[in-house]
Amino acid sequence: MRAVISVIGKDRPGILAYTATECARRNINIEDVTQKVLEDIFTMIMIVTIPDNADEYHAFKNELESSGEEQGLKIHVMHEDIFNAMHRIG
Amino acid sequence: MRSNYILETVRMIDEECLDIRTVTMGISLLDCCDSDIDRSCEKIYRKITEKAKDLVKTAQDISLEYGIPIINQRISVTPISMLVSVSGGDPVKYAKTLDKAAKEVGVNFIGGYSALVQKGMTAGDRALIESIPEALACTDIVCSSVNIGSTKAGINMDAVKLMGSIVRKSAEMTKDNSCFGAAKLVVFCNAVEDNPFMAGAFHGISEPDCVIHVGVSGPGVVREAVKEAGPDKTMDEIAEVIKKTAFKITRMGQLVGTLAAQRLGVPFGIVDLSLAPTPAVGDSVARILEEIGLETCGGPGTTACLAMLNDAVKKGGVMASSSVGGLSGAFIPVSEDAGMIEAAEKGVLSIEKLEAMTAVCSVGLDMIIIPGDTTEETIAALIADEAAIGMINNKTTACRLIPAIGKQEGESLNFGGLLGYGPVMPVRNVSAKTMVNRGGRIPSPIHSLKN
Repeated sequence: MRAVISVIGKDRPGILAYTATECARRNINIEDVTQKVLEDIFTMIMIVTIPDNADEYHAFKNELESSGEEQGLKIHVMHEDIFNAMHRIG
Repeated sequence: MRSNYILETVRMIDEECLDIRTVTMGISLLDCCDSDIDRSCEKIYRKITEKAKDLVKTAQDISLEYGIPIINQRISVTPISMLVSVSGGDPVKYAKTLDKAAKEVGVNFIGGYSALVQKGMTAGDRALIESIPEALACTDIVCSSVNIGSTKAGINMDAVKLMGSIVRKSAEMTKDNSCFGAAKLVVFCNAVEDNPFMAGAFHGISEPDCVIHVGVSGPGVVREAVKEAGPDKTMDEIAEVIKKTAFKITRMGQLVGTLAAQRLGVPFGIVDLSLAPTPAVGDSVARILEEIGLETCGGPGTTACLAMLNDAVKKGGVMASSSVGGLSGAFIPVSEDAGMIEAAEKGVLSIEKLEAMTAVCSVGLDMIIIPGDTTEETIAALIADEAAIGMINNKTTACRLIPAIGKQEGESLNFGGLLGYGPVMPVRNVSAKTMVNRGGRIPSPIHSLKN
């Protein structure tokens, strides 16, 4: 399945590297990255492919989201379909 | 996909309390009818625990996978009065069975301890209604509703009178527990058969054997959208903003409902488009009205704003879902809405204004705490007024009034959790005894004759 990782937080070196490393560690392939720094606020959207194993996905999501929180980052991992449903007709 | 869409969705969930309020499984109990009440209860327990065994887990999995909070999982069942009519016996046995089965599968409410008596009462209906106070007092998560009127049938004033005393007794029997019994009891006019929201949910007899309904929420999201639009926009432009927001919210509900139905192997029923508030900060319908431009909800202009809001929510939502149903509109439960609570505490929001508001919103006098010494005739008269609005306007109206036993105006009652808290609101203390005691029926209105 494809998932969207969104990361928002105060800009500092290594946020992209950290997220990418976490993905690589679990064999998650990154398909697309968009990132911007606006007035010191770092925003990144990553589209990734996640293996279809529900337990692995849940573990990855929980770990990434909670480790983000510890570092003052808001990280969300969500199924791609939710965005398609909400923002596209058809 | 554009990143601003992604960030918008994340913000809605993170900061604006966007969630799926409930995934409700409707289960028909018609095949559980038995002339022996104990056997009937046994079959009900088996059917509910079998059909709904994976409901909570499925909702949790979807919530985790998609990153959408799903707050409640609930069950609605066939009106139990029909089973009482077949089996006879003590209806409270059914309530206890529902309570036990619902706890076993882990849902947080089960609705359907209900009777539909808009035109008349069978012996089973009467037995069920009379057992409601005890049933609600001796169970934890069973919800009850009684439909006493409809546009087609008129208003059953005998039932209205009876419900006045049942509401009071339900509060009295739970007076040590914040009069909680009355908070689990709804008196309807034009009740709908596919409502996923509590306490008024029941599984109508025209519904399939088992079905999944979804109730969305999102007052916070609508408020933020109105705020962002700014004070210079005209009312029709604000209506457009609300429509677009409602569309997005409903699409999320449609996605979750379809997924849940697929995974549970049952048909998908409807999305209920209601804006359902909670006492949490930022999750209030009153605050939307205030954002549109009212100093306090309940003041002049409230009914007009609510009418526009209610209509825009439906227009936006209806294209986003394959099947819209339930109550669909804006809820105005006083104790469950931080803005309403504040307006009532200030004395700006009165029961009379709420009554006017119910003529243009999706339900009725909901979660209103009234003085403990309000007589059963006065409660019945309030129910009759509210039912009259529903009957004439061809819409659902309801009463969920909680007499705060032992308390007066100026005091408050706290239910905790999603049901919130609120001040005791004053009721005009003049008698409607003679009118209520007349009984009989208010005939259906002329516009019900459409054939």
